[in-house]
Amino acid sequence: MTAPAEPAVRADFADRLKRTVGYPLRAEGLGVLQLNITRRCNLACRHCHVGSGPAAGGEMSERTMEDCLAAAGHPAITTIDITGGAPEMHPRLEQFLDKASKLKRRLIVRSNLTILLEPAFAGFVGIYARNKVEIAASMPSFNAGTMDRQRGFSAFERCIKAIRTLNAAGYGRAGSGLVLNLVHNPAGAFLPGPQKVLEAEYRRRLGADWRVEFNSLYCITNMPVGRYLDYLRESGNLPDYMRELEAAYNPEAVKKAMCRNMISVGQDGKLYDCDFNQALGLPARAPGGIADFDAGALSGREIVVSAHCFGCAAGSGSGCQGAP
Amino acid sequence: MTDTYYEKKDLADFPNIGEHAPEQGRKFFDYYGSAVAGGALSEREKTLIALAVATTQNCPYCIDAYTNRSMSLGLSNAEMMEAVHVGAAMMAGITLAHSTQMRKILKKKEM
Repeated sequence: MTAPAEPAVRADFADRLKRTVGYPLRAEGLGVLQLNITRRCNLACRHCHVGSGPAAGGEMSERTMEDCLAAAGHPAITTIDITGGAPEMHPRLEQFLDKASKLKRRLIVRSNLTILLEPAFAGFVGIYARNKVEIAASMPSFNAGTMDRQRGFSAFERCIKAIRTLNAAGYGRAGSGLVLNLVHNPAGAFLPGPQKVLEAEYRRRLGADWRVEFNSLYCITNMPVGRYLDYLRESGNLPDYMRELEAAYNPEAVKKAMCRNMISVGQDGKLYDCDFNQALGLPARAPGGIADFDAGALSGREIVVSAHCFGCAAGSGSGCQGAP
Repeated sequence: MTDTYYEKKDLADFPNIGEHAPEQGRKFFDYYGSAVAGGALSEREKTLIALAVATTQNCPYCIDAYTNRSMSLGLSNAEMMEAVHVGAAMMAGITLAHSTQMRKILKKKEM
């Protein structure tokens, strides 16, 4: 077992909870099963909190995927949310989606878009469409220069090309039933603006300048974890960023935080309260792994918190599905 | 303790400016909040106006706050710099417009 990482940033989230919504923070039900199936990725983004990249290793075994499917069949589970790395690079994603779609749950895949242009993975557009997979696509900015600084040269152009392909398949088009949501996160040491304002600007700019469509925009605050934490440290922005997160603390956002209704499964089947705790090696306070799935025990569990949790509690809140 | 009039961390004290006069403070923040919120002008447009004013008035707190705000709203560096130039042009124009007083005096008093 990986030893829990020493907190890299000092800020007392537990104390803030005590003074506001109460401590410990507990889950209130369980609806979302989030699966991190691989660390491999064709990109190596500067904001990545799980350190994904072409050389990153580790992927979920077939056995663990079967355990996840069994857990997803529990009536409490409404949503299966698949992330990575680039989930498309997992060799059994297609088979998994074909089985998972039969469960009639909301099925989400988090895609970096650029992978859909690579010949070996282009078939996923059709695989997603036939399984009615909702795509949450990383699109940090509507500005090409800003986005390329964060994700690498020509990432913007490739993402636009991928969205056009998805639009042509019906994704993001009204009445198609195929959902394409974009994910914004700031390209620097600052917090995202209001989701509604940014969504309107994304729609205007991407529509007018690039003629592409999408359903909704999710705004996600960058967490002081992984590669983004390295960036904050190296650029001398860490103290200011943490001060900003702490100043933006909003108890209402904590009440709606994603961890209160979700369990995150690691590649080895271990359980975590969220993907960030997974990256930090902070396991959930729950017995066993996904093979021992117990919805009742998980529903009221105490959530493991640390300084990075200020990220999800800042402003109007942040999470894998944007501001709640 | 640093021996300077302006300290970066003082920006975080802005919400406390109502201290010693809470009623006026509350009224100010109500007004401030409604003035900078999106209305007939968008939040993005108002943020650029605020940024231009902040730079013309040399307020380090406001420049910090509204530069960050601009980035959060996805405003580009070019948009922000254009706003600053509007402020700079206004300041230059205002200075030159005030030379009217000087020119009037010159006209009146010179032989």
